[in-house]
Amino acid sequence: MSDEPAAEVDTLPPETRMLPTETRAPVAASGWHTANRRMRQSALLLLLAAMVAGFARADAAFLHLANLMSVLQSVSVVAILAVGVTLTLAVGGFDLSIGAVAASSVMAASYAMVVWQWGALATVPMVLAFGAGVGLVNAALIIWLRIPDLLATLAMNFLLTGLQLIPTAGRSIASGLILSDGESANGVFDPGFLAIGRARLWGVVPVPVLLMLGIAVVLHVLTQHTRFGRLFYAIGGNEVAARLAGAPTRALRLCAYVISGTLASLGGLVVAARVGRGDISSGSSLLLDAVAAALIGFAVLDRRYPNVFGTVVGAIFVGVLLNGLTMLNAPYYTQDFVKGAVLVGALSLTFGLGRGRS
Amino acid sequence: MGANGAGKSTLVNVLSGVYAPDAGRMLLRGRPFAPASPADAARAGIATVHQSTQLAGTPGLTVADALMLDRMVAADAPLFLSRRSVRRAAAALAAKAGFDLPLDRDFAEIGPADRQMLAIARAVSREAAVLILDEPTASLSTREAERLFSVLEGLRARGLAIIYISHRSGDIARLADRAVVLRGGRIAADLPRPIDLSAAMTAMIGRPLAAVSAPRRADGEVVLEVRGLLLQAGGPPLDLTLRAGEVVALTGPLGAGKSRLLAAIGGAAPIAGGAMALCGRPFRPRSPREAIAAGVVLAGPDRHRSSFVPSDRPGGSVAETISLPHLRRWFPAGFLFGNRERDAATDAIARLRIRAAGPRARLATLSGGNQQKVVLARWQAEPARVLLLDEPFQGVDVGARADIVAALRADSATAILVATSDPEEAMQLADRIFVMDGQRLIPWSQADRFAA
Repeated sequence: MSDEPAAEVDTLPPETRMLPTETRAPVAASGWHTANRRMRQSALLLLLAAMVAGFARADAAFLHLANLMSVLQSVSVVAILAVGVTLTLAVGGFDLSIGAVAASSVMAASYAMVVWQWGALATVPMVLAFGAGVGLVNAALIIWLRIPDLLATLAMNFLLTGLQLIPTAGRSIASGLILSDGESANGVFDPGFLAIGRARLWGVVPVPVLLMLGIAVVLHVLTQHTRFGRLFYAIGGNEVAARLAGAPTRALRLCAYVISGTLASLGGLVVAARVGRGDISSGSSLLLDAVAAALIGFAVLDRRYPNVFGTVVGAIFVGVLLNGLTMLNAPYYTQDFVKGAVLVGALSLTFGLGRGRS
Repeated sequence: MGANGAGKSTLVNVLSGVYAPDAGRMLLRGRPFAPASPADAARAGIATVHQSTQLAGTPGLTVADALMLDRMVAADAPLFLSRRSVRRAAAALAAKAGFDLPLDRDFAEIGPADRQMLAIARAVSREAAVLILDEPTASLSTREAERLFSVLEGLRARGLAIIYISHRSGDIARLADRAVVLRGGRIAADLPRPIDLSAAMTAMIGRPLAAVSAPRRADGEVVLEVRGLLLQAGGPPLDLTLRAGEVVALTGPLGAGKSRLLAAIGGAAPIAGGAMALCGRPFRPRSPREAIAAGVVLAGPDRHRSSFVPSDRPGGSVAETISLPHLRRWFPAGFLFGNRERDAATDAIARLRIRAAGPRARLATLSGGNQQKVVLARWQAEPARVLLLDEPFQGVDVGARADIVAALRADSATAILVATSDPEEAMQLADRIFVMDGQRLIPWSQADRFAA
């Protein structure tokens, strides 16, 4: 990345910030330090490349375009959600409601099309507005009622997980659903809507992958190359300092939560369009997978702070690993264990090993 | 004594066992002394009180608990403790050392002066032979510092050797029997009592210090008028007029309302009444954002808390620190492309003589004085009408202080209001000085200035 600082200026451990005086004169990095740092910066990317090479060696089919697209498609929803979490992490918050937002978006989209018989053009904006609305409520709880981020969004997660069950009395939504008044709902999923999850560009690149890449690029530019991103990080790093420097801290934090909620509902739309029914159990693992991707992202390039590029690489990393292991006939029930192991490894890389560099 | 980076803290760390010396040896009470760890040094009788006294106790513990903490973690400590037994032992300890401490208060509630006393009491309770204090008066008011000095004199009379590290020449003159000046890791001067302060300063920065600046005649136009301002309901009304090109200092004890007044003018704290006018127009900022838009900028106390983003995140370089409040003006399209940010930092580095590897150097790699210059550079990067600086010289050595003073006094377009609890800093810096006490402003007349 072109915006990485020169290696020699960032060799003091973060703890040094708190030391009173004297010890903070610029320190020239030794060759070993530079090498060590370069190693840690590229560790995850090298590991990813090694994994791809290894899986390709084990089975040439792994590298087929169709398989690579299927890997990307499998991580697209998690990556979209994880980018939202990354943004809330950047402002010093944490959005734990995204899993439930995505799940209830699946239900909302299905309900709109099956029961209300809406088309895609009405359903998609409604669901995205729902996600943005949840983000607004989160922000209101956090900013005006001053509930700690984790607690507010955890409560919202709980609330939405329950709320999505109420309109259908706990049943999944498909055409022919019997409503509480005894009538059956005969709406169908709009084919235009299903295209969001199933269509491919030039018959190759699935729409969810395009969405993921588009969102990643836009939010990467937003966080790394605009003043809004700078202010997001400033608020997350030191809200007092950001406020005293004239940043509209409340508006920006609100923005982060609204974007996070909107992205989560977009993730829900993709799931609904792919599955083609409103499954009440969809989205149950999305939250933890997205949080894991965002945290693995800390270790990518050894940035040690939430960043969009790292988050997307983190999601792809997990996707490649799971796809490869499945190809090698690893049982499905080992998947969570593998994800957990990757997360522990990445966090050790970020926090543990990095401290040895002083 | 010594400027930032002179090696004072390193020396302390060697004495107290944090670092091992590269060469040479130490003798303590005539015997070779080579501590393997801070605990080892403490057992041998080296008591160290670091600059940050936050660590002297823990919120939730009383002062008595904190005082007895070392005893509690000792291997032979009793398993069961009652509040009363701890209180009794702590009282005995405090009485023996001649300390007057609020034993029953929670550590979180006590002020910096009591925390300092507590840290000293904890350190000397272990039969110390040498007491090392690193900048103990950095966050104390004059009266609190006086209390500290009398405690230290008591300890000295009991035969304790005290190493007292300070930037403040007033402290040294008041207290020291001998002053050793460090510069660049070497002893630059060793001065007996009475200590020749100007020689000490010269040795410290390696060149003579510019004389105290002569007050200029205030004939600039009136920029800010404060009339009947109430910092809190029922408080005394405050009047203050600032003119372009003058530097006004507020001094006085902690808690007198200096920071509060600056925050009120800078939009960071609400006011209870009164009115302000900026260049003749009513001015009542509801947030720092509004104040900054009107050209009234505030650099808060404690730069790490009020100005800096962590160094390892975006926004943590010298250039990014300077540009933070100006992003909207410098990058109206939103995208951070172009050299505006880097050029501003390069200018500031040259103008303020900031010692940094370059505009992209992370802030944590700079010394305290250079970090403070970056704060000043931030608020001088765009023309301001009123510049408010709260304790701008905390942890700043004399050399950097002189550079900052020069930069402030060279600014002829801005009205500058500085709060400092050190009267000497005020005298070095200001055209006019007010003493603030109990939220009241008392002009410090010329006569007092020269008598002081």
